[in-house]
Amino acid sequence: MSFIDYYEILGINKKATEDDIKKAYRKLARKLHPDLNPNDKEANKKFQQINEANEVLSDPEKRKKYDQYGENWQHGEEYEKARQAQGRQANTGGQHFSSGFDDSDFSDFFGSMFGGSAGGSKTSQAKFRGQDYNSELALTLRDAFTTHARTLTINGKNVRITIPAGIENGQTIKLKGYGSKGVNGGPDGDLYITFSIVNDPLFKRAGNDLYSTVNLDLYTAILGGEITFDTLNGKIKLKINPETQNGTKIRVKGKGFPVYKKEGQSGDLYVTYLIQIPTNLTEKQKELFAELAGFSK
Amino acid sequence: MEMQEFIPIDIFCRQHGVEISFISSLQEFGLIEVTRINEAECIPLNQLVRAEKFVRLHGDLEINLEGIDVITHLLQRIKDMQAQIQELKNRLGLYEENQ
Repeated sequence: MSFIDYYEILGINKKATEDDIKKAYRKLARKLHPDLNPNDKEANKKFQQINEANEVLSDPEKRKKYDQYGENWQHGEEYEKARQAQGRQANTGGQHFSSGFDDSDFSDFFGSMFGGSAGGSKTSQAKFRGQDYNSELALTLRDAFTTHARTLTINGKNVRITIPAGIENGQTIKLKGYGSKGVNGGPDGDLYITFSIVNDPLFKRAGNDLYSTVNLDLYTAILGGEITFDTLNGKIKLKINPETQNGTKIRVKGKGFPVYKKEGQSGDLYVTYLIQIPTNLTEKQKELFAELAGFSK
Repeated sequence: MEMQEFIPIDIFCRQHGVEISFISSLQEFGLIEVTRINEAECIPLNQLVRAEKFVRLHGDLEINLEGIDVITHLLQRIKDMQAQIQELKNRLGLYEENQ
């Protein structure tokens, strides 16, 4: 546990007046408030820090203790024990914002100095909705292709979720009530999971459409034929027209990505043919190509 | 049939320590919906998170209703633009080489 410089967090010096502290806090709170920075973990963390700093510095008694023992917080604990032995009640008269933070959001440093109890009578009376949690989950493109169940561990609790097929990269889903517990009987917060879909070496996705390339030998490209293509959910046969040009793109309707939460609907699959020029030709093959070239003159 | 739940405004205001007039103003600004049920004005449950956010912005940051209105519009625009950026990034993946 390291020392936290609350003055530095608020950008003020040790001689700051109560008014200076209030102004500094409000200025930073307007910038970092979680309601103004949704899904911004860094801003939320900083907001938590300024909340804690204000909790200490705006309360004269806590500030005095912090100024006296701050850098030697272990002595602060002794101070606290001695004070409790004298039968005095700690006055937690500070005010902190109600934006879904509870005592557990204060640092260990705060807990060791002030016993972990943040806020005052203001927060102990009112009901507050629990803090929302944000989480990220990486899926392969193939995972996202099918509806499947996953078990996540959120703050030590196992949460089983069903991920619908067709989820998008960057899409966020909300699981109601899986956030932190509400304060004083308030509703529990929600859990937001943002998905990141890892690139697939064979398929690219754009919305509900899939794109892929397939190598085609020269002879099939010229004469036509049929090839087998592996889609994300099985093999399909593709008819190759005679005289197919390099870079030809074909569309296979309904063989793309499933449409999110629309059962039975899928985008299209686009396959681009890359024609492979044969190498290591035998003398006979070269002769035949030369003969062929003669015909085209 | 989906059941809609409501919270009487007076209870909401008591819980959050705000004046009833504040909720009325939010409604006038078109920021939340309020429904009258058996003579009692109520907030639909699906508006609760929104209403609580406005209470926090007003109480914590001393932002007035005009400010809340502007912030709400700007946050929505940011959200829309972030969604657009994400969609464009996903499309851009088509033209990038596999890593």
